[in-house]
Amino acid sequence: MATLPTPDGTDPATQRAFRLSPLAAVGALIALVAVALLSATTGAAGLAFGDVVASLVDRLPLVEWDSALSARQEGILFQIRLPRLVLGMLVGGSLAMAGASYQGVFRNPLADPYLLGVSAGAGFGAVLALGFGLDVGWGPFDALPAAAFLGALVAVSASAAIARGAWRSPATLLLGGIAMAAFFSAAQTYAIGQLSETRTREVLSWLFGQLSTSGWSQVWILGPYVIFCGGLLLLHRRHLDVLRVGDDEARSLGLNPGRSRLVVIGAASLLTAAAVSVSGLIAFVGLVVPHIVRLLVSHSYRVIVPLSALGGAAFLALVDTGARTLTAPAELPVGVITAFVGAPFFALVLWRGARKVPA
Amino acid sequence: MTTAAAPSPIAAAPEDSATLVCGDVRVAFGETEALRGVDLRLAPGEWLGLIGPNGAGKSTLLRAIAGLVDHHGTISLRCGRRPGGTDVALVPQIPILPEGMTVAEYALLGRNPHLGWLAIESRRDRRIVSGVLERLELQSFADRPVAHLSGGETQRVVLARALAQQAPILLLDEPTSALDLGHRDAVLELIDNLRRSDGISVIAAMHDLGTAARFADRLALIDGGRIVADGAPRSVLAPGRLSTVYATPLSVHTIDGEIVVLPAPRARQEPRP
Repeated sequence: MATLPTPDGTDPATQRAFRLSPLAAVGALIALVAVALLSATTGAAGLAFGDVVASLVDRLPLVEWDSALSARQEGILFQIRLPRLVLGMLVGGSLAMAGASYQGVFRNPLADPYLLGVSAGAGFGAVLALGFGLDVGWGPFDALPAAAFLGALVAVSASAAIARGAWRSPATLLLGGIAMAAFFSAAQTYAIGQLSETRTREVLSWLFGQLSTSGWSQVWILGPYVIFCGGLLLLHRRHLDVLRVGDDEARSLGLNPGRSRLVVIGAASLLTAAAVSVSGLIAFVGLVVPHIVRLLVSHSYRVIVPLSALGGAAFLALVDTGARTLTAPAELPVGVITAFVGAPFFALVLWRGARKVPA
Repeated sequence: MTTAAAPSPIAAAPEDSATLVCGDVRVAFGETEALRGVDLRLAPGEWLGLIGPNGAGKSTLLRAIAGLVDHHGTISLRCGRRPGGTDVALVPQIPILPEGMTVAEYALLGRNPHLGWLAIESRRDRRIVSGVLERLELQSFADRPVAHLSGGETQRVVLARALAQQAPILLLDEPTSALDLGHRDAVLELIDNLRRSDGISVIAAMHDLGTAARFADRLALIDGGRIVADGAPRSVLAPGRLSTVYATPLSVHTIDGEIVVLPAPRARQEPRP
């Protein structure tokens, strides 16, 4: 063979095919950090870039670096900007990762928490919890994510049940998802109609998809779900690649497709529900981000799942920066902007797909 | 190559040496019985050809051995275990080639049976796959997408995945039905060389009877979910039996030492005026 073997005995071409391209990983990380810095320094309070960096570094243990920020500015940075930034990253990463995982288990590149009706189901559960005074917590456990999770599970199970053997026909699954989304949206509307006026306004502003927070409490609610479910999804990324050859061949390769699918759907739905319960309904992040990774880097879920997490985090943090500054001092719901970006992108994907397969 | 009508010595191997034993295997899909009691044993290093008309149960038998369909009866390895992904590697008739998956990624899937639930492939797994790709001269293809290969290349890539499983038994379901004559023989020669060098056993369902006879040590003729003949190719390929099973008159010839099965037109059997 013309190629020289690498130290571990695989030839370079094979090696390339197996590894997450360092360029892509570093690129995604740089994008994330850049977006974070942009977001932290953009806004009405006018915090200077150098001061923000100094203030952040100063918080690290064993480092002293006096920042020119006043106590009030520090308060804005650490109690308003950063919690919102981190929350945006967690929500974006969660939705993108859940989207990538749904696409894998359903063998359907168009699967997305929003299109599958999962978000609507979670939203309905959350509306019930919010509207009828169930938004209570027991220690680290909050009723809101639990109610949202139940709604999400009902929606995704129903979508999959409507499209029995959904992994063979992308269209049926999406149609099932549309039916579920319509049903749960209607149920939501009905439930909201039963609420008092103040409750209604509260619930509606939450439904549009908002990341406005006060302090770190929502980050602490979402964080554990991200670590647990995100970790679980990362650990199952190999299963998603095996599932791509179909259930039959996957079984002949020693995988139990049903069991893998159950775990991944469960983790992705819980993650979606947790994200929805803190941010409301944010559309299309789970669809757009994995597709960009696919177009730019690789079709392998070993790459798509982790890179979608990073990409989704950067994407939503960027969009949210726009949401709170574009029409300042008013604020746009972040879900509105993601839909503005996502819907045309979805249309483009459909259009390209339609051209690829001659009818 | 097995010659003459003498029963293959491998077919008569003592029971305990069989690498795979099927006993009274029955498979039903609803009302239809696809397999109605199949008994079969496979010797180590043997190439067993499964022949029979469409719908006879060849694919179902392979799928039952691979554990893909529920069955009654026993299918067990020498140690008495049910075979799994580390024991049998199935090359499906129409493999699914995912859009965007590269040759190396595809071959790497073959390591899956060796991995625990949450494990990820190690350097050793990658080295094995790399070695398989080198053996099948697929190295230059490693980062090409599987969905855009020619028929012969595709077959080699699917074979690479099966070899990466490092299973002692290879199950081939019509491995060459999509290939032209030259590529068909190249792929089968390759499989034959691999089984001889690695000592793996092969069960291959094939449509072309002559080709099946050329490569197999032993043929098993399946009809209506039962094995109706099992033995050396020359003894199984009897014109009368084949004509009954395939429901069309067939004649068996030997050309240059190879068996050839041809349709026997009725017109030629009658004396010409």
